[in-house]
Amino acid sequence: MKRYLLYRIASLVPILFGVSVVVFLLVRLIPGDPVVALLGMEGSQSAIDALRAHFALNAPLPMQYLVWLRHLLTGDFGQSIQSGQAVLPMLLGALVPTLWLSLAATAVSLIIAIPAGVVAATRRDGPADFGASLLALFGLSMPSFWIGVLLILGFTIYLPLLPASGYVAPSTDFSGFLAHIILPAITLGTALAASVMRMTRSAMLDVLGADFVRTARAKGLPRRQVIWRHAFGNAQIPIITLLGIQFGQLLGGVVITETVFSWPGIGKLTVDAIFARDYPVVQGAVLLTAALFVLVNLLTDMVYALVDPRLRRS
Amino acid sequence: MSTVAVNPPGRLRRLGRRPRALVGFVLVAIAVFAAIFAPWLTPYTPVQPDFGAMLSGPTLAHPFGTDDLGRDVLTRVLYGARVSLLIGTVSVAVSLIGGALLGSVAGYAGGWVDGAIMRAMDIVFAFPSILLALGITAVLGPSLGNAILAIAVVNLPVFARIARAQTLVVISLDFVEAKRALGFGAVHILTRTVLPNIATPLVVQGSLLFAAAIITESYLSFLGLGAQPPTATWGTMLHDAIGFLSLAPSLAWFPGMAIFLTVMGFNLLGDAMRDALDPRSD
Repeated sequence: MKRYLLYRIASLVPILFGVSVVVFLLVRLIPGDPVVALLGMEGSQSAIDALRAHFALNAPLPMQYLVWLRHLLTGDFGQSIQSGQAVLPMLLGALVPTLWLSLAATAVSLIIAIPAGVVAATRRDGPADFGASLLALFGLSMPSFWIGVLLILGFTIYLPLLPASGYVAPSTDFSGFLAHIILPAITLGTALAASVMRMTRSAMLDVLGADFVRTARAKGLPRRQVIWRHAFGNAQIPIITLLGIQFGQLLGGVVITETVFSWPGIGKLTVDAIFARDYPVVQGAVLLTAALFVLVNLLTDMVYALVDPRLRRS
Repeated sequence: MSTVAVNPPGRLRRLGRRPRALVGFVLVAIAVFAAIFAPWLTPYTPVQPDFGAMLSGPTLAHPFGTDDLGRDVLTRVLYGARVSLLIGTVSVAVSLIGGALLGSVAGYAGGWVDGAIMRAMDIVFAFPSILLALGITAVLGPSLGNAILAIAVVNLPVFARIARAQTLVVISLDFVEAKRALGFGAVHILTRTVLPNIATPLVVQGSLLFAAAIITESYLSFLGLGAQPPTATWGTMLHDAIGFLSLAPSLAWFPGMAIFLTVMGFNLLGDAMRDALDPRSD
């Protein structure tokens, strides 16, 4: 087990290295002087010179990369062109709302997808199965921002029940937090629910056909217990894996959902920074998001290996 | 995983006997029809304002209503199909061909070539796809062409991985061994033997990614990073609609439906193609 974990962690190094090179080149590839990109148009000559020295911009590119990496490793993500604030605290501040939204959306998707998938599998080819697969198809085909717009239309404009934008920290006003998070969480959660439901259905079908489920049924155990304890208990592994894989989709969906609902997380920060040409922020946000994605994939593999010992050997 | 066998006759014909496939085909056909014949289907142009009828709801003259500049929404939805289908076709074609070449070369060559290509693909894969597309369009500047390029890059590793896995299967087969023994070169074997035999799963994946490409394009143009105004795209129409939700909700309704139905059509068609062409699903 230990060797497997070490191997997986070691395999992360080249990926993270590649990701950092791509993010580094992102700003260097912008046509024009990177100093202008990093400082904005109005930098004074002394600020320009200071930045040139800070990033070793007169040195060859690989050298510049190493200098940049050293800054990163000491927590120096640069300064926002727009606000002058240090980028790292901005990113960490935006991470909190994004994590809340991701958690809530995952919860919404599980609440929809698990019962639907289990029912679809246990009543295979019946009307419930057909209905569930139709719902999944709708979920996969609807762009999430449209779901968001329709929800705003329904619950803010026609029925003025919920706010359409903004964020309230749960520590300041918990009911306000809930009111603000419901619509974005449903928007993001329905997009995820479709694939979680499909996976739940197919994992349940695999398990329901297994010998130990037949044995449990033959013993005369109640149907509910067989389905939820014996079958669903064993169908969880592929579902957990899928949730890990989908984390990337979640992070992408966050960008859109946060923009629609003015949710002040990483996604909105990225989009706003792109429009403001605030490249240090873009760079930091893209790097942080990609690193998170890679780390979650690693965690998924580890959970998987913990639960299923056969995987540790490969 | 052997899709090497030649498709027995009738597999494609089975496509037509499935109701879901039929629905998918009809939806896609409508979108293609709208894209091709847009100028003949409407008396307006997508950028022509009607200042007498701004933000009007559906009327006889404007069945889908008009937007804040008095432009006919039906016309813009029809022309929007052009952008969506163009982006889907070109980006999927580029990433399919590029991925097939990279993946088959990686699988055939093995060794460090394989390692280098696939690690590069892993790095592309390490970015959440929308984020990578955002980053690319942010650097290159927002335009239709850059959106296509961004979507193609995002999908590249998917095709490369499939192509590589299929290539490994194909080159272990006897008839490839025989060709090698006969002295055929790598280029000949790759283009004449490997590529034709790995095409099916790539095309199936392509039809599914077509749907995803349309959604990604709508995201990019919704964020203002796709085709620029005044070009009519479904994503920008939805974005503009948000400002007028309480005044003219139909503005958000029609482009959203257009994306939804077109994407659903390609998803259904893709699923049906997979069922019909992939022997594993029998």
